Amino acid sequence: MTLVKVYVTYKKSILDPQGEAIKKAVHGMGHTIIQNVRMGKYFELTVSDNAQNIDAEINEVCDQLLANPNMESYRYEVMEENK
Amino acid sequence: MRFAVIVFPGSNCDKDLYYAVKDGINADVKMVDYRENSLEGFDAILIPGGFSYGDYLRSGAIAAHAPIINEIKRVANLDVPILGICNGFQILTEIGLLPGCLMKNQQNKFICEDVELSVENNQTVFTSDYNYRQILKIPVAHGEGNYYCDESTLNELNKNNQIVFKYCSNINGSVENIAGISNKKGNVLGMMPHPERALEEIVGSDDGLKMFQSILKSHMDRVNL
Repeated sequence: MTLVKVYVTYKKSILDPQGEAIKKAVHGMGHTIIQNVRMGKYFELTVSDNAQNIDAEINEVCDQLLANPNMESYRYEVMEENK
Repeated sequence: MRFAVIVFPGSNCDKDLYYAVKDGINADVKMVDYRENSLEGFDAILIPGGFSYGDYLRSGAIAAHAPIINEIKRVANLDVPILGICNGFQILTEIGLLPGCLMKNQQNKFICEDVELSVENNQTVFTSDYNYRQILKIPVAHGEGNYYCDESTLNELNKNNQIVFKYCSNINGSVENIAGISNKKGNVLGMMPHPERALEEIVGSDDGLKMFQSILKSHMDRVNL
């Protein structure tokens, strides 16, 4: 099986209130060396071995579902799944 | 007897709890802001339901680092009764006062309905007014109430009689139908159902009232010893 790892993150210009709240909690713990926190999403997609055109399909899934291109960008890695 | 209701940004059952104490059992109660750092003089601590910090990161994860938390841990060690309901339960697991965690409901749906619970342990300060295995009708309202813990934790919970409430049917995927658990000492209780929403017949059930009466009675028994 092929494994596709997808990372979805906010674009730099987008405010991330969740990341801000996490940052405040991190600072509350005393870890002031951490200057900023941005939160993203991570997906593992298992793809059948005989799939053709993986890139086109993954891009479509990302563009139309996993990410909202208005505010998020994504990248992905294709690899062999460890049994 | 003096109760504290802890208020986090995003708590939304704080006033229900406040009035459950004030009008339900006519006891003294004060709302305590999450930025406070003393719970001195309180005889019981209530952590309300809601969506503290908008459930950012995980339910209860950010609230677990609020200033009041160290004080909650301190008084927990002094055997002060601490009751966490819904989001309060999630917070108690995040800060390690209760084992395990609450995952998304198995069926991936928010559940908002009256459910039947069985009182599995009526020997706690929170449940002494109920009968063993009494069936209660109490509402739930949660998207993440699927209680999970590993095998050895579950064995511990059973061995120490820490499973206090079970659902009569498995509404959300919780292991062993767990609806509420206590710590080993029995002074910290977390539960997903909302007893503060079941105080009068007119709202469908008054089965929750005895929880608050139990806490009050246990306190009076201790004071009068």
